Amino acid sequence: MLNEEQEALRQTVAEFAHEVVAPVIAEHYEKHTFPYDIIRQMSKMGLFGLPFPEQYGGMGGDYFALCVAIEELARVDSSVAITLEAAVSLGAMPIYRFGTEEQKATWLPQLVTGEALAAFGLTEPGFGSDAGGAQTRAVLDKASNEWVINGSKAFITNSGTDVTVVVAVAAVTGETDGRKEISIILVPSGTPGFHVQPGYSKVGWCASDTHELTFDDVRVPAANLLGNRGRGFAQFLQTLDEGRIAIAALATGLAQGCVDESLRYAKQRHAFGQPIGNFQAIQFKIADMEVRTHTARLAWHDAAARLVRGADFKRQAAIAKLHASEIAVTNAREATQIHGGYGFMNEFPVARFWRDSKILEIGEGTSEVQRMVIARDLGL
Amino acid sequence: MKIVVLVKQVPDSGAERNLRSDDSTVDRDSANNVINEMDEYAIEEALKLREAHGGEVTILTMGPERAAESIRKALSMGPDKAVHVLDDALHGSCALATSKVLAAALKTLEPDLVIAGAESTDARGQVLPHMLAERLGAAALTGARKLTVDGATLTIERQTEEGYEVVTASTPAVVSVWDTINEPRYPSFKGIMEAKKKPVQTLSLGDLGIDAGEVGFGGASTAVVEHARRPPRQGGTRVNDDGEGGVKLVEFLVSEKFV
Repeated sequence: MLNEEQEALRQTVAEFAHEVVAPVIAEHYEKHTFPYDIIRQMSKMGLFGLPFPEQYGGMGGDYFALCVAIEELARVDSSVAITLEAAVSLGAMPIYRFGTEEQKATWLPQLVTGEALAAFGLTEPGFGSDAGGAQTRAVLDKASNEWVINGSKAFITNSGTDVTVVVAVAAVTGETDGRKEISIILVPSGTPGFHVQPGYSKVGWCASDTHELTFDDVRVPAANLLGNRGRGFAQFLQTLDEGRIAIAALATGLAQGCVDESLRYAKQRHAFGQPIGNFQAIQFKIADMEVRTHTARLAWHDAAARLVRGADFKRQAAIAKLHASEIAVTNAREATQIHGGYGFMNEFPVARFWRDSKILEIGEGTSEVQRMVIARDLGL
Repeated sequence: MKIVVLVKQVPDSGAERNLRSDDSTVDRDSANNVINEMDEYAIEEALKLREAHGGEVTILTMGPERAAESIRKALSMGPDKAVHVLDDALHGSCALATSKVLAAALKTLEPDLVIAGAESTDARGQVLPHMLAERLGAAALTGARKLTVDGATLTIERQTEEGYEVVTASTPAVVSVWDTINEPRYPSFKGIMEAKKKPVQTLSLGDLGIDAGEVGFGGASTAVVEHARRPPRQGGTRVNDDGEGGVKLVEFLVSEKFV
């Protein structure tokens, strides 16, 4: 159950999603354009500042409130939801958690208001969840007291928009006992040698910004190290643990959107002389979709509530992410089926949901990695 | 500048709306009750004026207990405080009696400017702003699509079917606005949190010195004699092009004032 303020936030974001996002998002999706106008309005509503204290221009809410907003956005469209998710939990949050006061003062005010976006560069063309595979290297040039970065990053959300200002790059900064030492370094957009490659052609999330990034002798001050040297692995694990709850909320929103659209369609579409919602074949599909959505929501609510009150949440976050993403894929498939031929047409929201669902089982830790995390947490 | 914005809770115009079978008033139980859409534009205009000129924005609502939800939502957009006129005897009040009550409440607030939506989506009478201006002895600047404030001088562009008229007056004034005037903001989470702490004063008829007999069904100057559901939508007009099709289309558009 949401409390009074969370419910008021949910309703506000729901109105915004229907009035502002829904009418224009299909065109952005079709043309693969980033919806700057929507993002600006989300920024004015303070969505990017939800979990941050007022001291940095935030809304003084918490991670739970952020997830409520993400779920409601994803109920209408996943591209804007992932833009918010990545901007806050992958972009601004690591700087807020691990940054020096100076780094926070430099970056947070613009990130927290949503006027600017930050990205988190972890994944590489040949490395995802396996930290040992990282190839991007940063070497400290003692003469100039600068990091010199070489390598590349893949699938980085929000890394190439007109308002992207900085990317936190995970890089190998040394080796101890044969294990790679990983640190996170802030690289401002426009730094010489830092190149943003053209946007990918994606199956889904077509109105979100995703690029490959390359680093050729990129030099940034030694002070751009985020947090402690060699703690990069622990830092991004913490970042990803939190992010999984947000992705679970996003997936729940998509699953709910599938219920919404299917309900509407089942009442208006006729076959054999009556609305298809009269047929048990459709009723049971929709009932099952609702059950899946509800349980996914309970799972992320639990994980987020734990996070907010400072309890352990690693396992619950993995469970929520795993369950919500898998049921989102199922709901999207069923919603498409209910829509018949129309479900295969891009102009119908369920077609977007279908295309947007698959990545949920992959991004921020694949389903397999979630199962690994859960099994390990159970002591295996 | 002291600004009071009139906010009315109405049944959502996007959902099914009914009149009660027993007393022909709006059936609020079966409705999704929301802030009258046009009032959100009035709130936005007041907030913009406060941002530009300073001052204070107060929400004024007359309505049953559940209207408190709409007051809270209005406050989450940014106004400073609210006054809720709440009295069981108000049920069934006509527009004239409503204006008497709101005018009495406004007198306690002494505003420089009252801003209202040009109409509510339930009654659509458009008469309240005029009545209030008359009762308060204030200027009536109604149907604005633009409002500019220069000291005590107010200028509006009054939207008409043919275009607009420029109307000027001094404060105190009642301004009613259309949805062409601005784009209302969405409440922020901070606004939602702060709204909980903002003062909402409740006033009864007794507080306003109004006798219960002057309002409600007993004091009503109008009565609903009968009501029926809107007839189902008729089929459109088909224009067959026998050489005059273009002319007929334009004639239709002119008759509907689209061109």
